[in-house]
Amino acid sequence: MSNISLQNVSKSFGAKKAVSGISLDIADGEFVVLLGPTGAGKTTTLRLIAGLEKLDAGDILIDGSRVNDEAPSGRDVAFVFQAYSLYPHLSVYENLAFPLRAPARKMAESDIDARVQDVAKMVRIDHKLQNKSTKLSGGEMQRVAIGRALVRDPAIFLMDEPLSSLDAKLRGDLRLELKRIQSEIGATLLYVTHDQIEAMTMADRIGILSDGVLAQIGTPREIYEKPANLYVAQRLGQPHINILTPDMIPAQSLPAGTKHIGARTEHIAIETVAPSKANGSIDWIEHLGDQNHLHLRAGDKKLVALADPFSPFKAGDAVHLTLKSPLCFDQSGNRIG
Amino acid sequence: MAEIRIENLHKSFGDFVAVHDSNFVVKDGEFLALLGPSGCGKTTTLRMIAGLELPSDGAILLDGENVTFNRARDRDIAFVFQLFALYPHMNVRKNIGFPLLAQGVPAAEIKARVEETARLLQIDHILDKPVSGLAGGDRQRVALGRAIIRRPKCFLMDEPLGTLDAEFRDVMVRELRELHLRIKATTVYVTHDQLEAMAMADKIAVMNKGVVEQFGTPQEIYNNPATLFVADFIGSPSMNLIKFEGAFRQGDNFVSIAGTKIAVPQISADLAVGKRVLGVRPEHFRFDAKSLIRAKIYGTEYLGTTQIVALEMFGAMVRARAASDLNFTVGETVGVTFETARLSLFDAETGKAVKTATTKEAAHV
Repeated sequence: MSNISLQNVSKSFGAKKAVSGISLDIADGEFVVLLGPTGAGKTTTLRLIAGLEKLDAGDILIDGSRVNDEAPSGRDVAFVFQAYSLYPHLSVYENLAFPLRAPARKMAESDIDARVQDVAKMVRIDHKLQNKSTKLSGGEMQRVAIGRALVRDPAIFLMDEPLSSLDAKLRGDLRLELKRIQSEIGATLLYVTHDQIEAMTMADRIGILSDGVLAQIGTPREIYEKPANLYVAQRLGQPHINILTPDMIPAQSLPAGTKHIGARTEHIAIETVAPSKANGSIDWIEHLGDQNHLHLRAGDKKLVALADPFSPFKAGDAVHLTLKSPLCFDQSGNRIG
Repeated sequence: MAEIRIENLHKSFGDFVAVHDSNFVVKDGEFLALLGPSGCGKTTTLRMIAGLELPSDGAILLDGENVTFNRARDRDIAFVFQLFALYPHMNVRKNIGFPLLAQGVPAAEIKARVEETARLLQIDHILDKPVSGLAGGDRQRVALGRAIIRRPKCFLMDEPLGTLDAEFRDVMVRELRELHLRIKATTVYVTHDQLEAMAMADKIAVMNKGVVEQFGTPQEIYNNPATLFVADFIGSPSMNLIKFEGAFRQGDNFVSIAGTKIAVPQISADLAVGKRVLGVRPEHFRFDAKSLIRAKIYGTEYLGTTQIVALEMFGAMVRARAASDLNFTVGETVGVTFETARLSLFDAETGKAVKTATTKEAAHV
């Protein structure tokens, strides 16, 4: 396994800057997720590391050596895409063995077999080795695709939304599996997604991309609790963070210069009160089973907060809202408290 | 506005039964979600209500009138599809007003109603813009405007948010529900996304293999799933279904799994020995070092406010929801208890819920 270092990496397509000056170090055995909306530069960054795109400026180092001019095959990276791209005419076994049968490897059949069996167990597909790859469910196909990346034992894994074509339940299962496999083999893994849940649940560190720029990098907890700016604050959290102006809802001692307040659900205290004492009201309640989303109104601003499903709140209730140590941002959107 | 009544509705395509004897009522002003995996018959049901598909048997009543064999255009309904087709050469105003123009409504009235509709959807500031430059959400709002302006008796929607990315879907879910609260139109909404259904609907019909397995409010369906299928389909992560064997006697208030007694709501049925399932929602786990129910931590998933903890217990993997400030180490053994009053029991042989003191009258259809 290996580390990756991006140093001031830039790439444009015509007039469009896809990646501008990204610097990022990924340690050996680290799981880093790049999170951002479509067009933020996530996939381009991956493709630059894989060698599928050529850099305009900057350097990419794998294990300390510069690979800018190295062909993809010389970089020892494995790429897993959203589409499974398995060989439909081959069995699961042959799909897994395929990368090992490359003539350059000259691997003995018994070694190939041992490796395939090992990896099949790891991705939990060992009971279906003889099945045709087309006779598998979506989740199983993606396990095989991940397995095919694993057999080669590459220095680095690059994954581009590998779970996004699966249904919600399978995605949940595979998230956990992928994290387990990664930590078991100590793989260096760079993973891109627009799904905040995938980023939060799997990453050692999350990099938030915005228009080709790395807006912040940190552990999921750091990004969630201490976002650098308004943009980052709005990328994580369900329900979505409420962005308010400082005078709207009473709060204790905001830092000087606060122009925007970011109030996550845990920053809002709600109390039902007599209408004369209220500063807000409940518009309607969304029952999600495990929790309720309260859709609130304070002045002309709408907010969303969580409540226990068995809490007594009902639509139309007059409420008093207070903020408990919310996130504070200055004029230009940088967090100051 | 109108009530939709579905009576013994049945549809076969050759040997394949797409919809099997459905019965339900959407009350005037109610928002119903038809929820289920692909191939469960939800879209076929919707298309029969719309008149795009003829039933093999049964009846559809719209406001008391039998419309089963009426043409689609003779039913006063509006259909919103997943892919919103707008007229690309017309601006927003003309797109929204088009259905009225086609009906020969006078220009002054069209103008007034377009503006009223646009205000309702909060797109009155873009009325004179071309639709080609609009963002996804605004396009969807224009498509909705074109459906609303006719003031039909009811709205039928087939996965209208299916193509939007997650962040934006949340915004549209909220807007659709708020629009419904403003205009109170009878709505039937087809989706495979349980969160969309839970968030928007007054009532949900959960469909599986052509059969409506449960019909009720989101809370009823979440708190008291009528079948194993419903229990598994609703909730994210879904209900943990712990398998065991046992006999139940009326009045029992515990079950035994692998020699451990687990308190459950009082059982109100007698059942001979057979395959049973204990259903536990992730948020109804409690961590208690002294508990005799032991579990091994398999992994944790941080979600900000909460975390999902994957545990191995009774030889299976389960998922619990816990506050995000609790610390767990992978591989460590912990004690677990459950919130007794919120547990569900199922008979795995029939797939149906076992009645207990906390299940209200079962909502089997």
